[in-house]
Amino acid sequence: MSRTAATSLLALSALVLTACSSAGGSTGADAGPPKPGGTLRLGISSSPDCIDPQQVGTNASLNVGRQLVDSLTDQDPSTGEIKPWLAEKWESNADSTAFTFHLRDGATFSDGSPVDAAAVKTSFDAVKALGPKSQLGSGYLAVYKGTTVVDPKTIKIEFSVPSAQFLQASSTMSLGILAPAAYRKTADQRCQGDGLIGSGPFVFESLKQNQEIVLAKRKGYGWGSSLFKHRGEAYLDKIAYKIVPEPGVRTGSLASAQLDAITDVQPVDEPQFTGNGFTEPTRPNPGVVFNLHANVTKGVLTDEKVRQAVVKGINRPEVTNTVLTPNYKPATSILGSATPFYADLSPLLAYDPAGATSLLESAGWVPGPDGIRTKNGQRLTAKVLFSLVFNQNKSVLELVQQQLRKIGFDLQIEQRTTAETVQVTQSGNYEYLWYNTTRADPDILRNLFSTKANNRSKLPAGNPVDAPLDAQSSTVDPAKRKPAAEEAQRAIIEHGYSAPVFELTQVLAHGPNAHGVGFEASSRLQLFDAWVSGS
Amino acid sequence: MTRYLLRRILQAVFVLWAAFTLSFVILYLLPGDAVSAKLGGGEAGLSVTPEQLAVAKAEYGLDDPLPLQYGKRLFAALQGDFGRSIATGDDATNMVVSALPPTLAVTGFALVLAVLFGGGIAIAGTYTRHRWLGNALLALPPLGISLPPFWVGLLLIQFFSFQLRLVPALGSNGFESLILPAITLAIPTGAIIGQVLAKSLRTQLAEPYTEIALAKGASRLRVHFGHILRNAAVPTLTIAGVVAGNLIAGSVITETVFSRDGIGRVTSSAVTAQDIPVVQAVIVLAALVFVVINLAVDLVYPLLDPRIRHRETADA
Repeated sequence: MSRTAATSLLALSALVLTACSSAGGSTGADAGPPKPGGTLRLGISSSPDCIDPQQVGTNASLNVGRQLVDSLTDQDPSTGEIKPWLAEKWESNADSTAFTFHLRDGATFSDGSPVDAAAVKTSFDAVKALGPKSQLGSGYLAVYKGTTVVDPKTIKIEFSVPSAQFLQASSTMSLGILAPAAYRKTADQRCQGDGLIGSGPFVFESLKQNQEIVLAKRKGYGWGSSLFKHRGEAYLDKIAYKIVPEPGVRTGSLASAQLDAITDVQPVDEPQFTGNGFTEPTRPNPGVVFNLHANVTKGVLTDEKVRQAVVKGINRPEVTNTVLTPNYKPATSILGSATPFYADLSPLLAYDPAGATSLLESAGWVPGPDGIRTKNGQRLTAKVLFSLVFNQNKSVLELVQQQLRKIGFDLQIEQRTTAETVQVTQSGNYEYLWYNTTRADPDILRNLFSTKANNRSKLPAGNPVDAPLDAQSSTVDPAKRKPAAEEAQRAIIEHGYSAPVFELTQVLAHGPNAHGVGFEASSRLQLFDAWVSGS
Repeated sequence: MTRYLLRRILQAVFVLWAAFTLSFVILYLLPGDAVSAKLGGGEAGLSVTPEQLAVAKAEYGLDDPLPLQYGKRLFAALQGDFGRSIATGDDATNMVVSALPPTLAVTGFALVLAVLFGGGIAIAGTYTRHRWLGNALLALPPLGISLPPFWVGLLLIQFFSFQLRLVPALGSNGFESLILPAITLAIPTGAIIGQVLAKSLRTQLAEPYTEIALAKGASRLRVHFGHILRNAAVPTLTIAGVVAGNLIAGSVITETVFSRDGIGRVTSSAVTAQDIPVVQAVIVLAALVFVVINLAVDLVYPLLDPRIRHRETADA
């Protein structure tokens, strides 16, 4: 009994000491130069069902898969430019239907086989063969015609229609290259790590669902991306992803040094880590921001003025300031600010209740007895469907609901499961959809808005977004792509096809011992330059 | 006795079949399906076309007519094969079986704690001659039942792991990691045991045989433990099934709070993903546990209470 008491006392005094030293403000900055060795214990919020980067679509999975595979190219997170990785250089034809990559020398898979043209072809063909099982890759390779081995170091990848997006896709882990031997295992086996043989800076070691995934350093690695901050092998001996679903336990474990870093810090937990020795790296996700995506064929949303009024009636800074934290940015376009060719359209997205009201008045919507407007007996109301992929979704939508009530618009919130959302989305039987999606390329707009793709707005032919969306997909030339992408973003907001609200942001936190935990261009973890001090 | 046993086993088989069938029906009544949940998860729902979705469903046999799917699944399940998890690609039986040991470790430990504390409180509360102490002790079970396990678990972690750093907050490694989740789980379970036992102890105390025994000069201690407890144990044993259910349901919460692997976590993620093979494997396993426990209880009854033994023999 007295021993327990003594232990408790010791522990308490240790806590006090830690508290003091933290208050002293020892930050990662004075940790000295990076030092190889050690294990990074990283707390993540959900168990990645599958860790094969070619198959998966969730952050939990991609954050693991990224470390195992190299890609043909890499994307600079700050500029969006495509840089060399396994490919030293590349060229594309005039209409972006064919891309030729020249591979670097010396790269090998962890089973010893070389990363050559034949291996790259095998890998791309395999992703295509996975079909919808390759959740992101199937989209990137939707119009894939095939890969030709030009010579052992050169491959030519062809598409049936212009696919400027492919250059960026070639930098993602979803099109990361696996060894030919990997495909002797089934897709299900690769999911569990069996046969997951890449050429990346880490190799798969073990996976225990709901518990832990361990990756180990690839010895002799020396073909890192041109964007990596150091050459040669990764610093960390091991990465241990610990699955900690409860956010409070995640933050507590980090604060009590049982973990070195955590992902998915909840807005309510963020203040714990400000100014006390903990670092909080954040990065907004590129791609389409969280938005109310209108179906222009349904109910009151057929009226363009109503859709425009909704865009004006949302107070975005209030959303980020109250329900979220300053780490989240109010939307300034349909694309997130971290997306290449994003256009700042903040004047169009300013809170303007007066403007919204006059739009509605001019369209004949007059306030009813309960404050909700009506026109010829029709109430000014629309449903929004959402699922809880992001924890704060419900609170955000409830606030937006209150804001829109002020202009006399009744937004009805309906929560569904992910599976149900998929079905409803495909059936087209919805008014507003609430979602976001991560992609560091403006082509994501074509996926969602083009009449030739998913067309979530149900736009008719001859609408003002199809042409610029086609234009941006047919050239990798920034001088032509940028204006086209901008035109598409502007048209989407001006016609109220979507009402953007806020940018999803990845919020990490790491303790005093973890350093260099970074984001790649799609805001997923890149741990090549990460290292741990102490211990 | 053999006929009694045979009847119970037949009942057990019926319960297992009903659990299997009911879970199948319910999973199909729910809107959405596992393939949509899988392919629509994360960012991916965007690129999946209805045609691709149909192909994927066909691959998992989800486009077969319902009776055929049901027949196939039932036939395979009879051989212990529940199919592959749609979410993880792992063998469903394997997922459930490998999640069993960590759950059994916690629930087993929790059950021991629950019996010790629940039983102890009930016995002490009814034995003491101090009315206030008895009342105070017997007020504990209702309190224990009303405490949300989620909150208790977080509180325990906060204090013993984050503040005092005596035990790890995460994982299923070693005895240390068992302590807090077991306590969390033992509180509501012990409370049920305590409440039921205390009530039947009080009933027995009011029986004439108690007074007779005391009048014949038996000590209070001997009467309490020798006579009353034995009789009071029968109704307490009846709730073993309830307690087992409580432990399994509670494991969903404790395993989430304490970041442990186990049946609870497997179940909650499988239900969210509408992962039929895994959900069915879990449900049949859970039903099996209930059936076995109830069967064991029914077989132990006659040993405790000769009246049941005679009645059953007379029936047969």
